[in-house]
Amino acid sequence: MMLIPCPFCGHRNESEFTYGGPVKPDRPDPNATSDEDWVEYLTTVPNPFGPVQERWWHARGCGTWLTIWRDTRTHDIVEGPSDAE
Amino acid sequence: MQNRRLPSGGGIDRGRPLAFRFNGKEYTGLSGDTLASALLANNVRLTARSFKYHRPRGIVGSGPEEPATLVELEGRRASANQAATTVRLADGMSARSVNCWPSPGLDMGAVNQLFAGLIPAGFYYKTFKWPSWHLYEPMIRKAAGLAGAPEAPPLDGHFEAVHAHADVLVVGAGPAGLMAALVAGRAGCRVFLADERAEAGGSLLDRRLEIAGKPALDWVADSVAELKSMPNVTHLLQDASVWAYREHNCLMVNERSPANSNVLERNWRVRAGQVILATGAFERGLVFPENDRPGVMLASAAQAYVNRFAVMPGERAVFFANNDSAYGVVADFRASGIEVAAIVDSRDVVPDFARKLAGDVPIRAGSVVIGVRGKRAVRGVTVAERGGHGTEKIYCDLLLHSGGWNPTVHLFSQSRGNLRYDESLATFVPDEAAQACVSVGGAAGKLSLASALRTGAEAAAKATGTEMPNLPAVVEESYSIAPLWQVDARGAKGKAFLDIQNDVTVDDVHLALLEGYDNVEHVKRYTTGGMGFDQGKTGNINIIGAIALQKGVPLQDVGTTTFRPPYTPVSFGAIGGIREENVVLPYRHTPVTRWNLDRGAFMYEAGARWRRPGYFPRDGETFQETVNRECRAVREGVGVYDGSPLGKFELKGRDVGRFLDHIYTNLMSTLKAGQCRYGLMLTEDGLILDDGVAMRLGEHRWLVSTSTAHADTVHGHMEELLQTQFPEWNVYVTPVTSQWNNATVCGPKARELMAALGTDIDLSPKGLPFMSFADGHVAGLPARVVRVSFTGELSFELNVAPRHMRDLWERIMEAGEPFGIEPVGSEASHVLRVEKGFLSLGHEVDGTVDAHDLGMSWIMSKKKRDYVGKRSVELRRRGNAIRRELVGLLPVDPNDQIPEGAPLTPGGERCPTEGLVTACVWSVVLDRWVALALLENGLSRHSETVHARLKNATIAADVMEPVFHDPEGLRMRS
Repeated sequence: MMLIPCPFCGHRNESEFTYGGPVKPDRPDPNATSDEDWVEYLTTVPNPFGPVQERWWHARGCGTWLTIWRDTRTHDIVEGPSDAE
Repeated sequence: MQNRRLPSGGGIDRGRPLAFRFNGKEYTGLSGDTLASALLANNVRLTARSFKYHRPRGIVGSGPEEPATLVELEGRRASANQAATTVRLADGMSARSVNCWPSPGLDMGAVNQLFAGLIPAGFYYKTFKWPSWHLYEPMIRKAAGLAGAPEAPPLDGHFEAVHAHADVLVVGAGPAGLMAALVAGRAGCRVFLADERAEAGGSLLDRRLEIAGKPALDWVADSVAELKSMPNVTHLLQDASVWAYREHNCLMVNERSPANSNVLERNWRVRAGQVILATGAFERGLVFPENDRPGVMLASAAQAYVNRFAVMPGERAVFFANNDSAYGVVADFRASGIEVAAIVDSRDVVPDFARKLAGDVPIRAGSVVIGVRGKRAVRGVTVAERGGHGTEKIYCDLLLHSGGWNPTVHLFSQSRGNLRYDESLATFVPDEAAQACVSVGGAAGKLSLASALRTGAEAAAKATGTEMPNLPAVVEESYSIAPLWQVDARGAKGKAFLDIQNDVTVDDVHLALLEGYDNVEHVKRYTTGGMGFDQGKTGNINIIGAIALQKGVPLQDVGTTTFRPPYTPVSFGAIGGIREENVVLPYRHTPVTRWNLDRGAFMYEAGARWRRPGYFPRDGETFQETVNRECRAVREGVGVYDGSPLGKFELKGRDVGRFLDHIYTNLMSTLKAGQCRYGLMLTEDGLILDDGVAMRLGEHRWLVSTSTAHADTVHGHMEELLQTQFPEWNVYVTPVTSQWNNATVCGPKARELMAALGTDIDLSPKGLPFMSFADGHVAGLPARVVRVSFTGELSFELNVAPRHMRDLWERIMEAGEPFGIEPVGSEASHVLRVEKGFLSLGHEVDGTVDAHDLGMSWIMSKKKRDYVGKRSVELRRRGNAIRRELVGLLPVDPNDQIPEGAPLTPGGERCPTEGLVTACVWSVVLDRWVALALLENGLSRHSETVHARLKNATIAADVMEPVFHDPEGLRMRS
């Protein structure tokens, strides 16, 4: 079970959080985006073998939606892509 | 008769005999025994049959490494597949062997031995594949014969799961672990110590060593006493296995005999700053023909039986070793007066100190055991020089072997640490750690007592930043080994087992390699070597050795298989803990739940852990009569239901209007204070997320209601958008589901009932029109009255604080009596909403349906440039694919009920479906069955006849608009 840093509560057990998925690019303006780009935005989720930026909801805690970098190979929580092994 | 119990010594309590049964026979053991030691004390040698060939087996080990003797415990503490060596003997215990029927002595499955040559590795995969493995699987699983799961949960206690935190978690209370705990404890750290044996001491319990000039167990007792005196040493658990090493230094500990007798087992989740792995080492066996016969035992196990349990595992022993450690066992045997016939050492040179320990026992250096005589018990061994010359038969009833020592790297490896092959120890040792952990003592390949104490102290001193303490004086031991991966002398015939539990032999591994399974992980899966309850604790390294030898590569290049949790078997109960039934996930209830139960309501689970009344049966009524009665009350008189579980959120802030415009498909910001509007929420990919009513309480204050089951989902959705996409928007969301309860009175007589209750709100159609609300008093209680309707009738939703709910409810029932009021359960609510064609998430709405399919195009705002899901719905509909659209169905025979979910096919033929029935109820207004369905192009097929295809029949039904009652909605607006 991972230990996830919440900006308000400090390090808390993973069981207090709900997984929010990898961070996707900003939502494009749906009226100024091609069909292909919209489908790409909707359906393509970052899935790297290494650090990925992702969101967690501290649902059973303070309610914060937070963003962390997690290395999918090790579950290490890192500062960013350059901080990984 | 414990005729194999030594007259003195051991850590057993001779004053406390314990009676037990094994395979139906009565025996007596002593307090402190394991089941295995008690069986050996009673000279029970044949204790098991093997998994595949049903060969006779005895006790091989003394701890969790035991590969052969698995038992099923019976009675109140029923438990399947326990190693006899780890079962603590208890008075009245009853156990039986697995894998054999009716007993290990007379085992019907033993016939498999005759065909052993026909069932090599991969036999099942190759043989039972036509037409399908699943045809054979049940029979083969039964023949394999491991114990079944207990039939009922344990009766006399419960399981528990607990969290703990530690600065230093020490795994193992042998010399290295105790030393580490002492140093960490003295430094003031919070220390958690867990050890898998019944008592602290680890290998010191099994051996006769001295520490600081006194028996080693005195030092153990002093150390434990000192640890107990330190308040910062928070946990000293015995009979507790650390079975999993997870991410971020989270470890699982299974405590099997907690002090509280109500707790059967306890599972700890420990988050540790630093982990010190002092898990010791397991002895591995040697690989020679017939090395599985009852009476062939690991040397270290025999040492434990002699020293710890004062049990003589045989009367005349032969030792077979490739390293020095077995000589210490010889010395202990001699000290206990057990005859040792010979030591067979595969090495040409035996160190002098070892020769001293052997005393006058003859040593056959450069020799190997090439065969074992005796099927059900060892009767002798055949010894030869390594090449096969000079065979000699030696009579004995016990063969003790030692193939070297394997550090217990399971947890280290689970933590993702690397292993490296150590030539001098001929085994794998921990290399680079991946988490904050360090291996010490035997677990690090430091096999001597002195190095165990030293590495334990060093690790703790480093972790705590304290000085290295003075260590107690001990005698230095040395250890050397010359690996012998298998005996291949000429004349060595018979099965040589690598994995005794799974009956995997050297030949099986060779076959796997021959057939192309040359990765160690593939060999494991093809041969099943290293699987099962012991997970290959004695056999794995020998399998790697056999592969290396056959392929002619170093062991390092073969590598190990992945170590995965659990390190030892853990009962499901311990993992689940007390999270059984309603303890940790309780049902939610409203202030009316008690009243409902008293009234005899049949309760349903309504999602999100709410329980709501399904219906209120009366004596003599059928289910349908009950539901009809409740429905009629609403259609003809008045009914009331408890709407409290609906999700409710208060939204405050300047930007609530535009936020609601973004998450609902329709326009919300134009709503005026005091009004409500029904709305639909979509996910970004255009599917329906939820529906509900939004009310504007004031300029910047709104109340949003959601369906019962989706309240948490909608909450997460709103917070995610606000916190990640629109952090600058001024919107605050407060869940108020439990702050507001409501009783909804509905039916043509609802207004009369409200008058009878007494209210200061003008409830006339003009004073409080449909889809508006007002605050005031009802029946003297402060209340918000909302005019929404989920039944299609005139309805008043009376929202009150929870403390007033029960009062309000009782006053409604009292005032409603003259009108024939009925409480309405969810069954009747379902009928009422189907009659009106109101959608229900989970019935009409699944992962394919959009608002247009439901005939609700009006709710998809065309004015708004953007909202969640808009683009995706447009994109999907542009494809002009055929849609399944909501319709009403009238079965041609009004008495035909169509099962919910029934497929609709053209003409009722056996062909692809064109829709399905989403709901079917007995309509009290039409006095017939009516149904809702999703039908291909349904909106343009009204008045056609369609067919529901059932298993043995078809039901014809006429298609119509999905509304069966008051299509203009006059009644709910009245």
